[in-house]
Amino acid sequence: MTTQTQPTIPAERPSWQLPTVTILTAVIWLLVWGQLQNLADWLSYSLLGLSADTRLGESVNFFLYDVPKIILLLGGMIFLVTLLRSFFSAEQTRAALGGKREGVGNILAAGLGVLTPFCSCSAVPLFIGFVESGIPLGVTFSFLIATPVVNEIALAMLFGLFGWKIAGLYLVTGLIIAVVGGMAIGRLNPEKYVEEFVWQIQMGDNVAGVTYKPSWNDRIGDAWGSVKEIVGKVWLYVVIGIAIGAGIHGYVPEDFLANIMGRSAWWSVPAAVILGVPLYSNAAGVIPIVYALMEKGAALGTVLAFMMSVVALSLPEMLILKRVIKAKLIGIFIAIVAFAIILTGYLFNFVIR
Amino acid sequence: MITVKVLGSGCANCNKLEQTARQAIAQLGIPANVEKVTDYAKIMRYNVLLTPALVVNEKLVAAGRIPSTGEITTWLTNAMA
Repeated sequence: MTTQTQPTIPAERPSWQLPTVTILTAVIWLLVWGQLQNLADWLSYSLLGLSADTRLGESVNFFLYDVPKIILLLGGMIFLVTLLRSFFSAEQTRAALGGKREGVGNILAAGLGVLTPFCSCSAVPLFIGFVESGIPLGVTFSFLIATPVVNEIALAMLFGLFGWKIAGLYLVTGLIIAVVGGMAIGRLNPEKYVEEFVWQIQMGDNVAGVTYKPSWNDRIGDAWGSVKEIVGKVWLYVVIGIAIGAGIHGYVPEDFLANIMGRSAWWSVPAAVILGVPLYSNAAGVIPIVYALMEKGAALGTVLAFMMSVVALSLPEMLILKRVIKAKLIGIFIAIVAFAIILTGYLFNFVIR
Repeated sequence: MITVKVLGSGCANCNKLEQTARQAIAQLGIPANVEKVTDYAKIMRYNVLLTPALVVNEKLVAAGRIPSTGEITTWLTNAMA
């Protein structure tokens, strides 16, 4: 009698498993998505026994409808965006931007800024790598402005709460600000404001960088990974933001804010931009509150300016960039972006009625 | 002795990458030196655009992502060969 010992196979998931789970999740996602209002109505009016005519009922219903809706949208959006971005790399972006003229280069940089996977902690190596390979500073700044402005969290929440028109408006204005802002910075001969050591850095001869060719399973796995990471990080802000928004929705009278945040209050746009700066990275919590404020008479331009300021004028990123560019250029950068945002705010307040 | 370098300015992902690399080394049970490189002038010698990045015996193997322990073990095994 012979006892055969099987060689131990490393525990690896079969390759069909991840795509199958993903497709099943997508089906469940769509089913739940279609029933969100019914679910919220049943929970608030049947299960909790609240009346739809009371303020409390209205607030609770708003909350129970929006929390699952936004979490679903965030998850779906982050998954798709990460999957899309897995087809782009910083190396390809640098190669694409090399030798491009001002204008064309800025537009391309803003577009690629949205698609290139990038976290603000990489701002310095990316900045040095772009500058050393001869990409103009103005084009580099278009990239650096576009990456935070058009972020998937803000887009998912705008889409979920305000609809695709306002989300699209936000996306397009964000890109325009990145293009124009970068071109404006490029005109100011900013080279003298870059720290000297940047020009002296010797880039390695490993010009191609490292190539990472993920399989579909890797891409899907990475997309799941970032859904877990980002949703895990922001869900609490979303819940708190929607709770405050729900309170405003049910308890603050209509048009209450028309005088202070409405179209006629000229100072509300710059005030919104200044208020937005310290709220960096809390787009998830801020947007539901802003949504409720708009219902109560805040003007669209003011609201858009506030949201752009929350994401684009980020103090942590400024501090990181401070290591490669002088304070004066940081100042110019902030001034130009803030000015562009304020202008956008006024534009929408006057154009859209 | 294998030299492993983690490139990055000390962000959360850099620390995560360092941990993963140490796990891979422990799994293989090989002698290796893990070094953190935070100086940008030194980081740029490897021509990376995104951090965290991983260098095994002076060769850049990953940039802008956190590879799995499995991937790192493969690189380490190749470096030993």
